[in-house]
Amino acid sequence: MPVPTAVVTADATLFRGPVDFLIALGRDGELGVLPNHAPLMTALKPGPLVLRQGRVESCFFLTGGFLEVLPERVTILADEGEPADAIDLAEAQRARKAAEDRLGAQEAGSAEAAQLERALLYATQRVKAAERARTLRRG
Amino acid sequence: MATLRDIRRRIRGVTSTKQITLAMQMVATAKMRRAQNQVRAARPYAEQMAAVLTTLSDRAREYHHPFLAAPEGGEGLLILVTSDRGLCGALNVNTIRLAHRQMVSRFGPGYRVVTIGRRGRAFARRSRLAITYDLSGLPDRPSPAAVRPAAQVAMDLVLAGTVQHVLVAYAAYRSTLVQEAVVAPCIPLGEPARDAAAGAVAPGSDYIYEPDAQSVLDDLLPRAVESRIYQAVLENQASEWSARMMAMRSATENADELIRKLTLTANKVRQAQITRELMEIVSGAEALSAGRS
Repeated sequence: MPVPTAVVTADATLFRGPVDFLIALGRDGELGVLPNHAPLMTALKPGPLVLRQGRVESCFFLTGGFLEVLPERVTILADEGEPADAIDLAEAQRARKAAEDRLGAQEAGSAEAAQLERALLYATQRVKAAERARTLRRG
Repeated sequence: MATLRDIRRRIRGVTSTKQITLAMQMVATAKMRRAQNQVRAARPYAEQMAAVLTTLSDRAREYHHPFLAAPEGGEGLLILVTSDRGLCGALNVNTIRLAHRQMVSRFGPGYRVVTIGRRGRAFARRSRLAITYDLSGLPDRPSPAAVRPAAQVAMDLVLAGTVQHVLVAYAAYRSTLVQEAVVAPCIPLGEPARDAAAGAVAPGSDYIYEPDAQSVLDDLLPRAVESRIYQAVLENQASEWSARMMAMRSATENADELIRKLTLTANKVRQAQITRELMEIVSGAEALSAGRS
């Protein structure tokens, strides 16, 4: 039995529907959730979120958030997010390159460097999500 | 008695005022719909957040965090959410009056304030309140990131121990006709409003926390604070445009009524003038014929 799943951000609902399997990037690494999972609560790191419905998969890029798993319901409170197939891969790769260059120009350990590292992490994970979106199964 | 020319000039004036209020009404109607949709789109997140928070704070009773509980009294911070512009009825006045009264009675007249909206900022300046931070001039349909700085200032003050209580005042959107001034607790988060807890977590459901309850709470609490402030801003915008639409609608209706009355007066004056002229002609003719005979 698929589990009703909702992916909501502060200003929109990204996804709502039954899901058979999902993969998210938790604080301690990637985790997969099948129906009848034990109740779980975790923070999410920036990264892709993959939802499988039957034979169809969809992918989102989330900048972070929280995953709540209950046997009868899964909720993802995302900070910000977008559907991964809406990401322009070439543009995302350019953004990652730019983030790398900016970080390289900063000396390590400063407050700006920490911020740039985060920006780089976002950009990298966004590229991953866009790449993942290309390999999705579509019904 | 006003002359016909004066009355006609007033009719022209009222008519052009009416054109302006009618145009503003149309604009407000469009913006109101968008703002109302956005409030609705943002509610699921706020509700889920409230539900998760309730479960989590039940689980972690022994965990103390300044965002979860605060002693009575202490210093207070008001986040005053108002509109940037007027022409929206008593909306801002109601919010400001309610918030000011509550803050003074709880924390004395020297409370701090973070203003979101020019109307509230103008009030805070007039009242010589300590404006800690101002975030006026937000765009329509702001992003969560646009509102975050205000939340950050409030959270920093609480973490530094400068203030213990943060309240957020705004006009809650109930419907196009009804907006209600609200002063809601923001920090401590305490008991979240459960009036719309559709799909709330069943009490007693226990989670596996990854990595553990405390660090999940540490991450979640700032988001919960941000969510409350963001929600307040969206509610206030929906209220603002609803109130402005109603204000402009009644202004247009008043103009219509005024034009109707003025037109009636103008017609009466015109008729009186014609009658008087006729009488002058008739009595002039009679005088002439009386002189001939």
